[in-house]
Amino acid sequence: MTPTIAQPALPADWRDLVALTKPRVMSLVVFTGLCGLLAAPEMLPPVLGFTAILCIALGAGAAGALNQWYEADLDAKMRRTANRPLPAQRMDRQTALHFGVGLSAFSVVLMDLATNHLAALLLAISILFYVLVYTVWLKRRTAQNIVIGGAAGAFPPLIGWVAATGQIDLLPALLFAIIFLWTPPHFWALSLFVRSDYAAANVPMLPVVAGIQNTRLQILLYSLTVAGAAVAPWALGLTGTLYGVAAVVLSAVFLVLAVAVFANKADTPAGMKPERRLFAYSILYLFALFTAVVVDRWVAA
Amino acid sequence: MNPHPEDELLRRQRERARLMAWLLGAFVILLFLITVAKIGLNK
Repeated sequence: MTPTIAQPALPADWRDLVALTKPRVMSLVVFTGLCGLLAAPEMLPPVLGFTAILCIALGAGAAGALNQWYEADLDAKMRRTANRPLPAQRMDRQTALHFGVGLSAFSVVLMDLATNHLAALLLAISILFYVLVYTVWLKRRTAQNIVIGGAAGAFPPLIGWVAATGQIDLLPALLFAIIFLWTPPHFWALSLFVRSDYAAANVPMLPVVAGIQNTRLQILLYSLTVAGAAVAPWALGLTGTLYGVAAVVLSAVFLVLAVAVFANKADTPAGMKPERRLFAYSILYLFALFTAVVVDRWVAA
Repeated sequence: MNPHPEDELLRRQRERARLMAWLLGAFVILLFLITVAKIGLNK
């Protein structure tokens, strides 16, 4: 919490309100939510599908705003986040809180109105999970913050599917599992080359608490579980060969890059090219894998 | 520092008011379309 940060007199610029929603993170959320919706066996009318994705985006934005409201003190200590609206003192904290709470309520109510109760409930749970479980409870207390907190980012494909069908099935549960298991190697790769930032802010990210080599081992182990989860929809007969081949090839590359990270012995950011490569590829991996799910389901239909 | 802070205040208030008007208009249209789609689903 940041009671010491000075309160600017001017009202917040709308661009800073947009920045509060973490638009870059939102793009992945919107995409995976859209894939969950498009992979579902039932088709929503376009306007309801659009509204469902809009609500997922607004819910993610609201969670991001509340995260920044709570973490303004941490963000001020890290170079990567110091220019966000709150640490840069371009906005007062109360505006961020009101914006986050209002947007959360709006997104959940609109989701309920446009789709169904279960999708709205899942959206509410995902927002609360990100804000209360990850941001407030875990992030400053345990190196497992990203492992458990990763569940918050795994909800969108499940919500998209449920918005279309009204029920939870095995395939969206596996899509949830893929993102849940993908989050630790993705974030730990990043946290290795920005380790000094997390150390300066006293955030117990794994490289800070358990050391660099141990983090590299964990990245490799989690990459194996991601590969297993990615292949599971095909192995269980929920998708066709097209997805199966894509999952095997994409996961094999993921594993090769994870092995390169494990083999790297550098302990300065300059020597962490394998980590940067894995971080960048992990984003492409998720986009490609979820695209493959949708294409496969459409081809099968 | 801005030598005329009241100008900046007015500019921001005007920008936000205009944006809110657009968003409210879009929301009304969206609600109408949702209603039409829901009625279509229940036919």
